[in-house]
Amino acid sequence: MKLGLYMAQRISALIMVPLVLLHIGVMIYAIQGGLSAAEILGRTKGSILWFAVYGTFVAAVSVHGAIGLRTVLSEWLGLRGGALNAAAWAIFALLLVLGMLAVHGVTAR
Amino acid sequence: MRRGYRNHTLWAAYLLHRLSGVALALFLPVHFWVLSYALNQPEHLDGFLRWSEMGIVKTAEFGLVFLLAAHLFGGLRLMALEWLPWTSGQKTAAAGAVAASTLIAGVFLMRAI
Repeated sequence: MKLGLYMAQRISALIMVPLVLLHIGVMIYAIQGGLSAAEILGRTKGSILWFAVYGTFVAAVSVHGAIGLRTVLSEWLGLRGGALNAAAWAIFALLLVLGMLAVHGVTAR
Repeated sequence: MRRGYRNHTLWAAYLLHRLSGVALALFLPVHFWVLSYALNQPEHLDGFLRWSEMGIVKTAEFGLVFLLAAHLFGGLRLMALEWLPWTSGQKTAAAGAVAASTLIAGVFLMRAI
């Protein structure tokens, strides 16, 4: 199980490397002159590509954030066993649901 | 009492990686929640985006971009350390990661203001 978490953490990280670089690039590109809902939606609405990119990003970060915080909760707060795993699953679910709502919000027609 | 290993540069790299990870994980639900307004209540999103024009918010965004870049580059160093043949110069790599992150966040801030 521990090896599974370790590998999931590294694989989700590797998936996100190009996505984070892209995200930083888009932020630097888009921030000039301020942001507006129309500008963001003009780029993303109805786009299968942005849906795939951000959907993958959200899935990977949900896994990565949940496992990362699981480690922090274990090492810094001493959480163990069922409580630790329940917390990790709750974090995973929260990030995944909110993230997918956001992806839907900016890409759905 | 300050423990000896905490004086090591790479302990600072570990701490930066952990704190940036925690900060990004705490920021994400807010980030997602705001964006989820885009479809049904774009005026809500615009209200938030106007709020984000304030200097203090831009400074916070600079911090977030730095943390994201530092977590990325620091994580790449960590994975290279774990999976690739050992190379010396880990402290230089960690310092380089911080330098690159500062540069990226600085470029973001210059474009934002």
